[in-house]
Amino acid sequence: MDKVTTIKSRTVVLPVENVDTDQIIPARFLKATSKAGLGSKLFADWRFAADGAPKADFVLNQPAAAGAAVLVAGDNFGCGSSREHAPWALCDYGFRAVVSTSIADIFRNNSLKNGLVPIVVDAATHARLLAAPGVEVTVDVAAQTLTLPDGTKAKFPIDPFARYCLLNGVDELEFLLSQEAAITAFEAKR
Amino acid sequence: MFEKIWDAHLVRAASADTPAILYVDLHLVHEVTSPQAFTWLREKGLKVRRPERTVATMDHSTPTTPRGRDGRIPVLDNAAATQIAALEKNCADFGIELHALGTKGQGIVHVIGPELGLTQPGSVIVCGDSHTSTHGAFGALAFGIGTSEVSHVLATQSLLQNPSKTLAVTVDGKLRPGVTAKDLVLAVIARLGIGGGTGHVIEYRGSAIRALSMEERMTVCNMSIEAGARAGMIAPDDTTFAYLKGRPRAPTGAAWEQAVAAWRQLPSDEGATFDREEKLDASALEPMITYGTNPGMGIPISAAVPEPANPTAAKALKYMGLEAKQPLLGHKVDVVFIGSCTNSRLSDLRAAAGVMKGRRVADGVRVLVVPGSQQIKAAAEAEGLDRVFREAGAEWREAGCSMCIAMNGDQLSPGQYAVSTSNRNFEGRQGAGGRTFLASPLTAAAAAITGKITDARELT
Repeated sequence: MDKVTTIKSRTVVLPVENVDTDQIIPARFLKATSKAGLGSKLFADWRFAADGAPKADFVLNQPAAAGAAVLVAGDNFGCGSSREHAPWALCDYGFRAVVSTSIADIFRNNSLKNGLVPIVVDAATHARLLAAPGVEVTVDVAAQTLTLPDGTKAKFPIDPFARYCLLNGVDELEFLLSQEAAITAFEAKR
Repeated sequence: MFEKIWDAHLVRAASADTPAILYVDLHLVHEVTSPQAFTWLREKGLKVRRPERTVATMDHSTPTTPRGRDGRIPVLDNAAATQIAALEKNCADFGIELHALGTKGQGIVHVIGPELGLTQPGSVIVCGDSHTSTHGAFGALAFGIGTSEVSHVLATQSLLQNPSKTLAVTVDGKLRPGVTAKDLVLAVIARLGIGGGTGHVIEYRGSAIRALSMEERMTVCNMSIEAGARAGMIAPDDTTFAYLKGRPRAPTGAAWEQAVAAWRQLPSDEGATFDREEKLDASALEPMITYGTNPGMGIPISAAVPEPANPTAAKALKYMGLEAKQPLLGHKVDVVFIGSCTNSRLSDLRAAAGVMKGRRVADGVRVLVVPGSQQIKAAAEAEGLDRVFREAGAEWREAGCSMCIAMNGDQLSPGQYAVSTSNRNFEGRQGAGGRTFLASPLTAAAAAITGKITDARELT
C-alpha cells in the first residue's frame, strides 16, 4: 500500500444517505478476477443511462468534479454488501477519502486496506461541507484533522494501527505474518 | 456470549498500538470475493495456513438454469466461467475442499455451512460476504470480511479486529399464525433503521427467539447486516444441538457429548449487560413488506406508504414509483423470487408450496423458486415440492444466489416489480432499474398466485 499522509483536494458532494455498495459498484461488475479498471464502473447506474451515455445531472459527470479526491456523502455511507470492489472502484476513479457522519463497518475496514481514508465528522462540519460543494479541504492523517477553507479543523477518529499503516504504507498482512509464533502457540494450546 | 467467544479466540489481546488478533475456526470461500486474494498469496509466495479450516463453494455468479442432457449446468457467461475456473484452480492448487457447480454439496455458502455441520456454536466464522451473519444462529461469532481480509485469513488463519459493541434485541411473546421469522427480522430492521446497528453485534433473545427453529433463526441472523450490525447471534440450546447432531461434520460419540457440554456454557450469563437494548413484542407483529430502497424501509403489509422524512426517502419512493399514503396491498407484481441465503431452506419452500398447492400462478407473472443448495433441492423433490411449484406454473431452478444478486443471468428488467424473499431491495439490486418488495415466502407465494401484493392469510 502507498503511504497516505496528507490529502489536499476539492470536494465532490453526493447528498444521499445510506449509499450502499451496490450503488458504488453494481454486482454485475464483480465478475472480474482482478481489481484493475473498476473506476470506470463506479456508481455505474447513477452515472450512465442504459445506453451508456453519461447522465448530465449526476455530480461526477459535472466539470467541477474533475480531479476531486474527497467524496462527501450522506449518513451511513457504504452499507450493505462486503464487496471490496467498492473501495477499489473509488480508489481507481481517483478518490482518496470519503467523508460522512457515519460509515458502515465492513466498508470502513476495506477502505483502510486500500489507502482510502474513511472520515467521520460531526453533523455541523458535515452540514457545512454539504452546503458548499467543491471547497478545498485538507486531510491530515497524522493529526486526524480535516481542515475547511476558513481554517476550521474537524477532528476525525481513526484506529491507531490503521493510522500507522496509512502513514507508513504498511500492509496489515505483513504485520499478521510477523505474528506467526503467537498464532502457532495459540493453535498448540487449543 | 460475544465476549466469551471473543476471549476464547484471542491469539493476542489488543495493545495501545494494535488491535486484537482473533483466530478463525472456519473460513468459507466463494468465487466472487476470493480470486484477488489467491493472486496476492501467489505473488507473495504464501500458502494457505489451514486448508482444513477452509471450505469453498460457488453460488454468486453461477447460473441456476436447468441442467443440460449431459447432467451439467451450462455456464454461458464468459466472465462467470473464468471466475468459476479460477476458484477450481485456486482450490486445487492450495488444497481446499470445494463444492463445485453441479456437485451434490454445492449451494449458497451460508446454506451449506450449517447443512454440513461445519457451522458450530462458539466458533469464529468468516467469509467474504456480508451475510456471514447467518451462522450466528448457532451461537457462533460470524461476520463478513473484504477480499484483503480473505487473504489475511488464508495466509494466517487470523484477523486483526477491534471488538464491537453489543446490542440485545429481545423479542418476547408469540408470533401469530402467518407471521414468520422473516417478518420478525424485517420489523427489527425497521425499528433499528439501516444504519442503527453499525458498530454492534446483535444478540437476539427472548421467548419468541427461543421458539424459532434453526432455519428460522438463520433467517433472523442473516439480515442483521441489513441494520448495519456486524453480526447477529442466538444462544445455542437444545434446538441447536438437535439440528447439528448427526450432520457430516458435527462431532460424534464422546466428542459430541464434550462439545455439547462446552456449548451449554456459551449463553450470556444471567444479568449480562449490553451496550444497548431494544425490545419487541412478537404478538403485535404483522406480515412485513418493504416499500423503499433499503431493508429498513419496511411496514406491516396492510399499512400505507409513509410520508418521506427526507430527500433520500423521497428519492426512494420516486425510484419505486410509489406515492406516500398509498396502500401496498393490491399493487401489481411482475416477478416473484423465492430463494437466497435468507429464505431458500426446506421450511421456506414448504411454506411457499403450501400456499401454491393446487393453484395457478397469475397470468403474466414470472415465478422463480431457487433452492439454497443441491441437498435442499433433492429433499424438496423427494417430497414433491418441485411438482407443486411446476404445476402452479413456477420455474424450479438449480441452487445458487440467483436473483438476490442478479449477476448470474437471473434478473429483473428495468421497471419490473418483484416480491422477493431475499435480503436487499437496493436500487438495481435485482437487475438495473428493477424494483423490489422484500417479504416472507408466504407473502411471495401469495403474490405469485394473485399477481398483486397480497396478505397470504386472506388468500381464499
